[in-house]
Amino acid sequence: MKFDTPAAANPIDQLKVVGKATDRIDGPLKTTGTAPYAYERHDVVANQAHGFILGSAIAKGRISRMDIAAAKVAPGVIAVVTAENAGTLGKGKWNTAALLGGPEIQHYHQAVALVVAETFEQARDAAGLIKVDYQAEAGAYDLAAARNGATVAKGEPDSTVGDFNGAYTAAPVQLDATYTTPDQGHAMMEPHATIAAWNGDKLTLWTANQMINWGVKDVSQTLNIPEENIRLISPYIGGGFGGKLFVRSDALMAALGAKVAGRPVKVALTRPLMFNNTTHRPATIQRIRIGATREGRITAIGHESWSGDLPGGKPETAVQQTRLLYAGANRLTAMRLAVLDLPEGNAMRAPGEAPGLMALEVAMDEMAEKLGMDPIQFRILNDTQEDPEKPGRPYSQRQLTECLRQGAERFGWAKRDPKPASVREGRWLVGMGMAAGFRNNLVTKSAARVRLDGQGMVTVETDMTDIGTGTYTIIAQTAAETMGVPLDKVAVRLGDSNFPVSCGSGGQWGANNSTAGVYAACMKLRQSVARKLGFNAAEPHFADGHVSSGGHTVPLAQAAKDGDLVAEDQIEYGDLDKKYQQSTFAGHFVEVAVDSATGEIRLRRMLAVCAAGRILNPKSARSQVIGAMTMGAGAALMEELAVDKRRGFFVNHDLAGYEVPVHADIPHQEVVFLDEVDPISSPMKAKGVGELGICGVGAAVANAVYNATGVRVRDYPVTLDKVLDHLPEMT
Amino acid sequence: MRPFTYERATSPADASAKAASIPGARFIAGGTNLLDLMKLQIETPAHLIDVNGLGLDKIEETPDGGLRVGALVRNTDLAADMRVRRHYAVLSRALVAGASGQLRNVATTAGNLLQRTRCPYFYDPNQPCNKRQPGSGCSAIGGVSRQLGVVGTSEACIATHPSDMAVAMRVLDATVETVRPGGATRAIPIAELHRLPGDTPHVETSLERGELITAVTLPKPVGGAQLYHKVRDRASYAFALVSVAAIVQPDGTGRVALGGVAPKPWRVEAAEAHMKQGAKAVTAGLLADARPTDDNRFKVRLAERTLAAVLAEARG
Repeated sequence: MKFDTPAAANPIDQLKVVGKATDRIDGPLKTTGTAPYAYERHDVVANQAHGFILGSAIAKGRISRMDIAAAKVAPGVIAVVTAENAGTLGKGKWNTAALLGGPEIQHYHQAVALVVAETFEQARDAAGLIKVDYQAEAGAYDLAAARNGATVAKGEPDSTVGDFNGAYTAAPVQLDATYTTPDQGHAMMEPHATIAAWNGDKLTLWTANQMINWGVKDVSQTLNIPEENIRLISPYIGGGFGGKLFVRSDALMAALGAKVAGRPVKVALTRPLMFNNTTHRPATIQRIRIGATREGRITAIGHESWSGDLPGGKPETAVQQTRLLYAGANRLTAMRLAVLDLPEGNAMRAPGEAPGLMALEVAMDEMAEKLGMDPIQFRILNDTQEDPEKPGRPYSQRQLTECLRQGAERFGWAKRDPKPASVREGRWLVGMGMAAGFRNNLVTKSAARVRLDGQGMVTVETDMTDIGTGTYTIIAQTAAETMGVPLDKVAVRLGDSNFPVSCGSGGQWGANNSTAGVYAACMKLRQSVARKLGFNAAEPHFADGHVSSGGHTVPLAQAAKDGDLVAEDQIEYGDLDKKYQQSTFAGHFVEVAVDSATGEIRLRRMLAVCAAGRILNPKSARSQVIGAMTMGAGAALMEELAVDKRRGFFVNHDLAGYEVPVHADIPHQEVVFLDEVDPISSPMKAKGVGELGICGVGAAVANAVYNATGVRVRDYPVTLDKVLDHLPEMT
Repeated sequence: MRPFTYERATSPADASAKAASIPGARFIAGGTNLLDLMKLQIETPAHLIDVNGLGLDKIEETPDGGLRVGALVRNTDLAADMRVRRHYAVLSRALVAGASGQLRNVATTAGNLLQRTRCPYFYDPNQPCNKRQPGSGCSAIGGVSRQLGVVGTSEACIATHPSDMAVAMRVLDATVETVRPGGATRAIPIAELHRLPGDTPHVETSLERGELITAVTLPKPVGGAQLYHKVRDRASYAFALVSVAAIVQPDGTGRVALGGVAPKPWRVEAAEAHMKQGAKAVTAGLLADARPTDDNRFKVRLAERTLAAVLAEARG
């Protein structure tokens, strides 16, 4: 199905199933512990051996000598894989560093060996017996120090509109501030894990991967085997957040281990390895300059960002939203990329916007204060309905102002005292903050296959993944709505490379595109049904498990009485995303209390008002947004991969050291979805919410801390040591 | 994890004797710290002596009006005991400020005292650490040290002791009862249980090889307002940046110990003479010898302000 004109009325608009708050259809499997995650698939292939990865002890340099003799003869050991015996390996398109290091070492905890043994404990013990001599080399680990040597990244030119410098210099009110965000880890519950089995030259990987088709291609490229010989199976994923977009060392080492051992091998990354062996959200330094008239109209807006990555890597695109969010005739954005020898930087939930808005939306708060304006009014005044870089190019939908107004109303913003440090409740300094949320809507093709059987059961197959987001359920809702059957007449099978290629899960594009692909396949199936039933007249009506046309009504199942009907199709997009800017919007509101003695910062209330097209399942969408708000709170208040700048690694590589919010940190959360349909985005008229929920939260928290204390923290996370010296004297 | 042998001890004396005679033996009770360290091969015991069945899980009143807490009393049970809550509130408060409900359900009194540091460099076997591998150096000095010690540290080690419970026991002047390999018992004032690192940070306590903690005795109640204030980045399940255990009497005198700042619960009795002058004076005495890093310099000021808040709360 080609989608190149705005959607007209279609079967989804019935909203009998879609748009209803619906429990996860996979919920019982999750709550009973019977959803099979990669490492637990003991039943899929016999004779599984256990692999344990040894990570590099240095960040940069070479292995001069490796002695695996003791490991090879240790109890239970079946095989040891190193670069020496792994054969010639390629590198996946989505990997920056090699997944198996040696002799060159590119980052700390880069895999240098896999020990395969009968038990996990034997493999782990034997891995400790491998002696590695390293020749360490000096590396670059400090972004601030590397900043001046940073260069323009390939494919990421500066964007300029008008005369930024001239307009900024002439502006009567100016802000020039620099913000920093630290490296952050995905810290999902399920570690990266894979079981690999070879059958001749065919490889099956039961793994945890958000993007099945990318995975097939990158395994093919890395192992130099044809794509058709590779099967990836990933039906359940215990959190990804971007950390499982790519093939990582668990999958490669399991495949290599299984080859050398001659039997299936399972590998999970240990928690410490997850932080330095895989990818992370890179740290940024961001300089923002805003010039405005005294009335508060932005005349110049500039956002520059510095980040670092291994050679060949990419910048964190922290300036992305600044090109689109506010009006202003003179504009500049620029990104500079430094070479750092830390582990590989890559996508983490809302890459670009999440750290970008942590800076921009504090800058907007600072600017509003300079202007003596309410920060909401300042944003509304500079709202726009068109792409500020390309006047005349409209937004498909843009209800930012409505998000902010409704949020202000619901949150009681009018009660906020704009003067910082003026509200005190006993020991606590209390403040409110807000920020705009913004995340683009990305459209990308996505395919599915649907099957109708003689019992009237509709089965959907697509290689789409459910990373805890609720994909199973919204796909079932889509098929049920389109085929006119109840939800329990739909079965959904996901995450298998034998199924049609979907958009996968990432960039909050999964919900809209994967359901649009399912919709396309269902519409094709409806045609087959109509033909089979001899309904040649106008479009028949599919409802309540029946098909009606021209006064006849027959059970849907009847169409498959002689055999299953199968249809496969994909959604493909024209240029509507060129003609229209498609984005999602939010207003984030936060109340904090800061202990006037210790500086401890505790959230009291959070509200997000979101405008993100049609909400396919308000229940799972709310779960997505409150989860993202929680992650945003973590980014604001505690999450930081602490870099040892001498030794080049993230020191706090476990969940005791890398703190993420616990229940006690998260107070009352409220989520409101504006009533919106976006016929430009897809036949589903939906967009994504899973990343919108984090975008802006960090700044709202930081702004609330400022309102509470009068301390403007520009270096995340906003921890108590950064406010302590500015708190009231104690008697 | 290295292969190890395992046995259940039959009596405290038996446990102690075996621990002394079997090479590489360790006691195991709740295992909340030891098992993690074994998985990382930071601890590699050859033999585990399980002391859970020794019946050391009672809380009994002593003849002089105090409480004798068995070594195996779980943190949850100790925190919930009505006698503890009524007369040793600082202990109950410290316990519930520590770890998580699940951990407190299995963590024992003696195990809590003997838990090892949470210094991240200690936890990474690739990094030099004098505590883990004597003589290898301290990679925390000059590294990431925001959580680490400001006082009582040395050129060889700046790790902190992570316990909350121990800080309260220190301020209560608890006594640690032990049995030694020969069967003899002794009582160690809690102030003398943990050692400062000096140039031997791997030697963490004054316990002899094989010596088993059997109980912790609390002297008879001293009354006063008993407060424990733990400061941390997140609201729960985090180690203290700074914690303050305080007992404040109606006349303004009292006792103070700090957690999160030193290799042991940190108390300087002489500093308590300044209680009536307030937090600044007391903290000046407590942290007179502080040698913070750039990362953790804030702890000195934080300790003073936290104590001030505690004293204000004690005054009501």
